[in-house]
Amino acid sequence: MDFGLTEEHEMVRKMVRDFAQKEVKPTIKDWDIRQEMDPKVLPRMGELGILGICIPVRYGGQGMDYISLGLACEELEAVDTTLRVVMSVHMGLNSMALLQWGTEDQKQRFLAPQAKGEKIAAFGLTEPGAGSDVASMNSTAKRDGDEYVINGEKMWISLATKADHFLWVAVTDPEAQDPHEGMTAFVVEAERDGVTSGDIHDKMGVRAGSTGWVNCQSVRVPVENRLGEEGEGFRIAMSCLDNGRYTVAAGATGLIRASLEASVTYANERTTFGRPISRHQLVQQKIARMVKDYEAARLLYLRAGWMKNQGQRNTRETSLAKWYATDASFEAASEAVQVHGAYGYSAEYDVERYLRNSKGAVIYEGTSEIHTLIQAGYALEMRKDAGLRCELPAYDPEAWQSEPETAAAH
Amino acid sequence: MNIVVCVKQTPDTAATVTVEGGQVSWGDSPLVLNPWDEYAVEEALRTKEAHGGKVSAVSMGPESAKDALKQALAMGCDEAILISDEALEAADSLATSHVLVAAIGKLDSPELVFFGKASVDSASGVTFAQTARLLGQPLLSQVAGVTSIDPDSATITVERLLPEGREVVESSMPAVVSVTKEINEPRYPSFMGIRKASKAEIPTWGAGDLGMDSVPKAKVDWPEIFAIQQEATSCEVIEGETPEAMAAKLADRLLEEKVI
Repeated sequence: MDFGLTEEHEMVRKMVRDFAQKEVKPTIKDWDIRQEMDPKVLPRMGELGILGICIPVRYGGQGMDYISLGLACEELEAVDTTLRVVMSVHMGLNSMALLQWGTEDQKQRFLAPQAKGEKIAAFGLTEPGAGSDVASMNSTAKRDGDEYVINGEKMWISLATKADHFLWVAVTDPEAQDPHEGMTAFVVEAERDGVTSGDIHDKMGVRAGSTGWVNCQSVRVPVENRLGEEGEGFRIAMSCLDNGRYTVAAGATGLIRASLEASVTYANERTTFGRPISRHQLVQQKIARMVKDYEAARLLYLRAGWMKNQGQRNTRETSLAKWYATDASFEAASEAVQVHGAYGYSAEYDVERYLRNSKGAVIYEGTSEIHTLIQAGYALEMRKDAGLRCELPAYDPEAWQSEPETAAAH
Repeated sequence: MNIVVCVKQTPDTAATVTVEGGQVSWGDSPLVLNPWDEYAVEEALRTKEAHGGKVSAVSMGPESAKDALKQALAMGCDEAILISDEALEAADSLATSHVLVAAIGKLDSPELVFFGKASVDSASGVTFAQTARLLGQPLLSQVAGVTSIDPDSATITVERLLPEGREVVESSMPAVVSVTKEINEPRYPSFMGIRKASKAEIPTWGAGDLGMDSVPKAKVDWPEIFAIQQEATSCEVIEGETPEAMAAKLADRLLEEKVI
């Protein structure tokens, strides 16, 4: 058993940290207040290869492993949640699904430009009336010759107004006995006629990002845009969540770390009753809990990342990592505000933003309640993972890093 | 063009420096590529990108300094060489320069040798000058911009940063160039560079490999190291009915404290 990160991992972490700390941190507060995304963020993340970090080189990516993705997410969210959200939807929920389920043609047409950062990707599952209850979805896709006609509205979609490609789940068979078997996944390009989108403002947190709605009004997509088979949509969506939740878990771990670091710094600066507050045991207790949660959350997400590298099914472990890390990040941010006292309650310090940002992740990509049920389900043997037609490929450094012309050999 | 960039591994600038028993301690702060040297690496890479050739990063230090060299490789340097020898442990900047000159002599006659303006730890800021002197090459220090390089006529034109402004200097090559932070914005390592660097085997040269029969003795040492006395500061709020009254009170206080 080896708990060490490789030299490569350490360098990835430093590189992403340097980017986030130097280029985003200095201005993030202003963008958060303006409720806008810094227009430089997505192009820079593309330029630096972060948007294609764990995608094979032959599909335009950087050929790193899934642990590198987790480390990047931890570093990004240690600065701001909106940066990690980009990775959750662009990489976890969309690009990795194309890697897992896409045809070679779809990988070339959609995945390659996404991995290069030329196109931004998002994920459309949630609807105004369908969150945890995915089966109550209203979006439809009707086959018409060589095309499908898509209608419906998706809600709470990250990067709604920034994305070029949406992975869109719609009902293709309303008569299906089990509604889960009646869903199908598609790639819908934002530029197609009938696609409109808008951002939602006045959210509690992740205000420096884009979250919104996307509407399809009789949008025609060719059959070649269907991801997987008809009726496979629910299974595809759930496999996407195995990857999206991984990025959320890793990111929330970064948020715990940021809360911890801010608390340690402040506790050593602020004096009450004649000594730094770090000398008061109740403040120490808060800090000790953050340490405990950071270390536990980190181990949980790294194990999930390791399992992905090995090609092992990780639905259970990823769900656990996501549940633990997001609950703990909300707790850590809240306690960080408490350590800062009244100052923590103002925008003068970052911790109030951490607290506002941490709440969303306890709700999206499976609420904590859903994860509680998932874990109980596994423990009580009421739930078992069925094999998938396409599994996320195990990480193979040689195949991931080979150039297009030599890729045929693998 | 053959380009050499001399780098050093230093503690992170965020490190807390303490002095204990006459020894400087950086605690367990992470060791990094000297931040000033990042500008030198960047300029070396830009020069190569514009004129072709290769960039060799050279560092003298302990085995752990390979991490700093790996950072240089990850940024895009073509090769890296560590010079490490127990006999060099107490080297001062002049001894270091002798060693660097011997190492540069083993490389393919570089047209340019880049340095950062100083290291953030010992901060002597003279190694580049001593190296240039020993190489017998022109020194362009405080370089805040490279205006042009003409490999055919072997000339380089740079802008030097002076307290009064900037001056344009033209020099023949080969030359030694030490750069300031105004010169560029160092790149982050690329993922491909990170992979290359993590796989790279960095050769270690000892004094013997450099053909140095004897290691130059340090001429400078540090007989005493002490921490600067912390100045006690206190904050006083000047209050008053009107801005004029407050200003008058402030002026009185400043006179009293002999500040004005």
